Amino acid sequence: MRPPAALRVYFLRHVQVALNSLGRLYRAPLASLMTAAVIGIALALPSGLYILTDNLQRLGSQWDGGANLSLFLRHDVSIEQAEALREKLAQWPEIERLRLITPQEALAEFRQLSGFGDTLDILDENPLPAVLALKPAAEATRPEAAAALKQRLQALPQVELAQLDLQWVKRFNALVDIVQRAIWILSALLALAVLLITGNTIRLEIQNRREEIEITKLIGATGAFIRRPFLYSGLWYGFGGALLAALLLALAFVQLNAPVRELAGLYESSFRLHLLEPGQWLLLLLCGALLGLVGAWIAVSRHLATIEPG
Amino acid sequence: MIRFDNISKRYPEGRDALQGVSFHLPAGAMAFLTGHSGAGKSTLLKLIALLERATRGQLFLDGENLTRTGKRKVPLVRRKIGMIFQNYRLLFDRTVFDNVALPLVIAGHRHQDIARRVRAALDKVGLLDKERALPITLSGGEQQRVGIARAVVNKPPLLLADEPTGNLDPELSRDIMRLFEEFNRVGVTVLIASHDLDLIARMGHPQLRLHQGRLLNPEVLAPPQ
Ligand SMILES: Nc1ncnc2c1ncn2[C@@H]1O[C@H](COP(=O)(O)OP(=O)(O)OP(=O)(O)O)[C@@H](O)[C@H]1O
Ligand SMILES: [Mg+2]
Repeated sequence: MRPPAALRVYFLRHVQVALNSLGRLYRAPLASLMTAAVIGIALALPSGLYILTDNLQRLGSQWDGGANLSLFLRHDVSIEQAEALREKLAQWPEIERLRLITPQEALAEFRQLSGFGDTLDILDENPLPAVLALKPAAEATRPEAAAALKQRLQALPQVELAQLDLQWVKRFNALVDIVQRAIWILSALLALAVLLITGNTIRLEIQNRREEIEITKLIGATGAFIRRPFLYSGLWYGFGGALLAALLLALAFVQLNAPVRELAGLYESSFRLHLLEPGQWLLLLLCGALLGLVGAWIAVSRHLATIEPG
Repeated sequence: MIRFDNISKRYPEGRDALQGVSFHLPAGAMAFLTGHSGAGKSTLLKLIALLERATRGQLFLDGENLTRTGKRKVPLVRRKIGMIFQNYRLLFDRTVFDNVALPLVIAGHRHQDIARRVRAALDKVGLLDKERALPITLSGGEQQRVGIARAVVNKPPLLLADEPTGNLDPELSRDIMRLFEEFNRVGVTVLIASHDLDLIARMGHPQLRLHQGRLLNPEVLAPPQ
């Protein structure tokens, strides 16, 4: 179905005004670029920090020592029973990896690490219990989930003590949490800055075109007609700023990618820097354009009404 | 077309610019508005275009009571009026063509339609060859004619002109006045404020004479009882 003629004309006029506004910015390239660059930096900063914490979190979940659980078995549990328990626990979906350390193995390890060597021979009985060392599956590494898993394991009759080595994960997650909160606050402040920048730029534009606004009002222009070019200017500033922000992020990525690969290689890690998903790029452009539009809207509603022909 | 019913206008700071003005300008008529400087001529025209609001009285344009027109309806009223100013009020960063096209763009006409109408209007004021020029490169008389082309391009039923010949030499003034008569001949209502008394007298249209905000000859265009 073809849209009705009036709607087509309306749409066409919007396209025309949008292109005119863009052309006006293009004719003052330096001033336009400066405004867009300031907006771009303001948008790139929180986006870049977000990407940084996102990568830290990916790195954290890749870390083998993520969250580890040690199950110390009772002394009266035999090797066979311990082996049976290991096989049973291996079926649990919350558990990714599981290793049985027999008392002999534990003693050998202790002997080697402690250097007590011969002294241990004096003992006629091995005092060390069998231990099941397990690593929770990825979903169960968050502190609450890991604690719940520990509770279930502690309740098993064969288990003397379940010990959760959580400190590192807890600290890491808490740190990321704080940083992410800080990024939200920073984002809000910088969004405000973008509003102020576009608002001020549009205010100056309104002042420069005061005569034109008066004359068009004189000839019967509606408020919407006069507002439209300024709103599109704001939209373009925001969109252009977001494009520049994307460019800055990509440049930073290129600068950091090679050294990070090299470092990961040294640790035999497959870790790779991760930029943004396609949807997130789109969101960045959308946010930029929207902030520009809102900034222009604020300037327009505050300053256009005061211009009346007389 | 225009009816003033006991209109008074007082500016916030100052005395009455108009006091108890009543007249009726029928559709298709042409009239002049005269009076000393400060008599209230510009004020009277501004009330019609809703650039100012009356303090007292009723004002009708084309049957619509303008004293009750809301802010949002003001642009629609102005589109019925072609306004011509002593200081032209052109956009100096736009070509003659774009200046004349402005009322059509505002009203949302189609592109081809706009080009055709703008050329017709420029042809009428004898500036067809200047459509690409910037106003700054034109003489005063030519700029005034651009203003007139802009005022008539969307064929408004009413033309208001505030001292359209104030800056022009006698010969040019006569040309401009003849142009107004031409528009009037095809049915446009015309009201012109001017103190070029000699020129006006020779043309023989009714005159509204203002003196310190009062109409000296209310019998000339008296409203029907
Ligand atoms: N915006 C305004 N604020 C206050 N007083 C005003 C304003 N505009 C006009 N006046 C006053 O109203 C009176 C009428 O002014 P108006 O401009 O209508 O006169 P005019 O007949 O057009 O004069 P001129 O021939 O000089 O243009 C004058 O006394 C003027 O000082
Ligand atoms: Mg005047």
